[in-house]
Amino acid sequence: MTAKALDVGLFVTCLVDLMRPVVGFAAVKLLEDAGCAVSVPPGQTCCGQPAYNSGDRGSARRIARQVIAACEGIEHVVVPSGSCAGMIKVHYPELFADEPETAARAEALARRTHELVSFLAGALEGAGIDAEYRGAVTYHDACSGLRELAIKEQPRALLRRVRGLELKESREAETCCGFGGTFCVKYPDISESIVDLKVDDAIASGADTLLSGDLGCLLNIAGRLKRRASPMRVRHVAEVLAGMTDGPAIAEGRGG
Amino acid sequence: MQITTPSFKDNARRALGDSDLRRALDNMKTGFVGKRLLAVERLPEFDALRDDARDIKEHVLENLDAYLERFEARVKEQGGQVHWCRDADEARRVMLEICRDAGARTVTKSKSMIGEEIAINEHLEANGIEPVETDLGEYIIQLRREPPSHIIAPAIHLSKEQVADAFRQKHGQFPGDRPLDEPRALVDEARAVLRQRYFDADVGITGANMLVAETGSVVIVTNEGNADLTMTLPPVHIVLASIEKVVPTLEDAATILRVLARSATGQEMSVYTTFCTGPRRSGDADGPEAFHVVLLDNGRSALLGGEFHDILRCIRCGACLNHCPVYSAIGGHAYGWVYPGPMGAVLTPGLIGLEQAADLPNATTFCGKCEEVCPMRIPLPKMMRYWRDREFEARLTPTLSRLGLAAWTFLALRPALYRVATGLVIGILGALGRNRGRFRRLPLAGGWTAARDLPAPQGRTFMRLWAQRRRGRP
Repeated sequence: MTAKALDVGLFVTCLVDLMRPVVGFAAVKLLEDAGCAVSVPPGQTCCGQPAYNSGDRGSARRIARQVIAACEGIEHVVVPSGSCAGMIKVHYPELFADEPETAARAEALARRTHELVSFLAGALEGAGIDAEYRGAVTYHDACSGLRELAIKEQPRALLRRVRGLELKESREAETCCGFGGTFCVKYPDISESIVDLKVDDAIASGADTLLSGDLGCLLNIAGRLKRRASPMRVRHVAEVLAGMTDGPAIAEGRGG
Repeated sequence: MQITTPSFKDNARRALGDSDLRRALDNMKTGFVGKRLLAVERLPEFDALRDDARDIKEHVLENLDAYLERFEARVKEQGGQVHWCRDADEARRVMLEICRDAGARTVTKSKSMIGEEIAINEHLEANGIEPVETDLGEYIIQLRREPPSHIIAPAIHLSKEQVADAFRQKHGQFPGDRPLDEPRALVDEARAVLRQRYFDADVGITGANMLVAETGSVVIVTNEGNADLTMTLPPVHIVLASIEKVVPTLEDAATILRVLARSATGQEMSVYTTFCTGPRRSGDADGPEAFHVVLLDNGRSALLGGEFHDILRCIRCGACLNHCPVYSAIGGHAYGWVYPGPMGAVLTPGLIGLEQAADLPNATTFCGKCEEVCPMRIPLPKMMRYWRDREFEARLTPTLSRLGLAAWTFLALRPALYRVATGLVIGILGALGRNRGRFRRLPLAGGWTAARDLPAPQGRTFMRLWAQRRRGRP
């Protein structure tokens, strides 16, 4: 471990903030255990993906400016989501292509921004991971993380260090789950058909738990599993890596 | 062909309920996708070839006028003719004229997507000329009088039972109780029927996979050899090609052929790769007496140099369709016009107008698989997003979406207000959902809860919990 703690700012993402704060705390624990000094930039809300992917570039730019300002001066910005990290790393610089000064700041932020799992496995070399999980786990490669940020081996490498955890690959691990942001509510029938394949495939893997690095996909998959009355548990990968799995899994209640 | 793109949602719903279609699409996935992967794994330089192929086409698009003129000059030198057509009307007029001059009663046709784009069959029929499709899949859908559902496998949506039914209905010359259970029997019957049609045809119409500027050659690939019979047997050969099909040299054509079949079907080469150059020369054993190339623009030159420029690199391999989760769920007909799947979602709005095709660039999850497999490295998701930008600017985005988005943006730009508002809603939902952990139904969430439960939030926002932790409270 380095003598000086790495300065890390957590961009928690709106879905984690609102729907599943335990993922944020799992990220904080993992980063702190690996020797980072973690802060949470107060000005953050959303990364702007909904506007950006709905063709509202003006709003996306305004939100991006706010994120860039909120993260100014932070050495490493870590995001527990492949698609939000991809938004900042890949799409912010594009958004300001006609504004050199902001583009330069966006590019600087892009370079300093990391998806959580790839940061833990890469820069932090898996330091401080000390968890146990009794279960057979299958990992869903969320599209943006996989294709924009090349996140594939990193989560698996870290999961192999979790005691008691058995990793079972799904045949279609790299196939989209049908979430697609607003796609899933604009085209619910098509989305249902796609998520059904994902759910069938996950069940066929023989795993009892499905993990991934993007809460959007996880809410979609868990929601469909529960509608189909499946007992499969769904969690964000950070919860398992941090050993924070005492509370209910996604879409499961305290009432059992 | 009739455009049904505006009713995309209804088309998709119907497709999802069609169990024959679902079975057919499942077979496509195991076939095309698996075979492509094997073919790519066997060729370590595949990715380098993709770069080369992209660079060739990009160079062509930057110098399109020069290469087209060179191609035209070479075709003329060989004794052929080139017809420049601005749009579908012009191309139909030119082709009908050639057919009439030849006194044509029937024409054979080898599969051409441009032919679908300009609806040449309907036009010929309306003018008393019978077009006969010779690609097996295309022949089947012609019998059924329906459009293709895939750019390289036009009848992929059909089961062999449906094909047998069509044959029994339309091939009255055979005994009604003949066995047609095996694909072999279907192929043999189609061959027997088509054989005579080849000899009877007065004109043969083919598409083109590429046009070679340095030689004036036309490159056509098929797996059935039907294009070869279509172009060599009748006295007149018409090549129908769009302007972006031109490549500089034979060498360049070879490079693109190396990625084309692998991406399309997982073959190293298609079974037939034919280079044809001009009409029959003295001493040639066969070939047409007249050779025409109809060069179609139909909106393509307007895409050059703009946001949708890159789609003009497309070589119509179909890999983006085969790998698309949306196409795999609904098939090609739901897209409502000639070009389905991701390449269609980008190209169709450019050709028939964004208003008619407004759904297509939205009906995608942005999973990025299409770009991952595209042999020409076309950034398909990025261009679908450009169309969404234009829809938003043109106020084609549905009002409810716009309002929702505006409200979200308003809050997102005011962090303090955002914390209060979201904290309130999340607190209520968290309390309501605490026991079950999810909702089956919720006001305003019908799009979500139609197919899945909505997981309940944990009840307090991270930002609030974090602030409490920092203040040292539990």
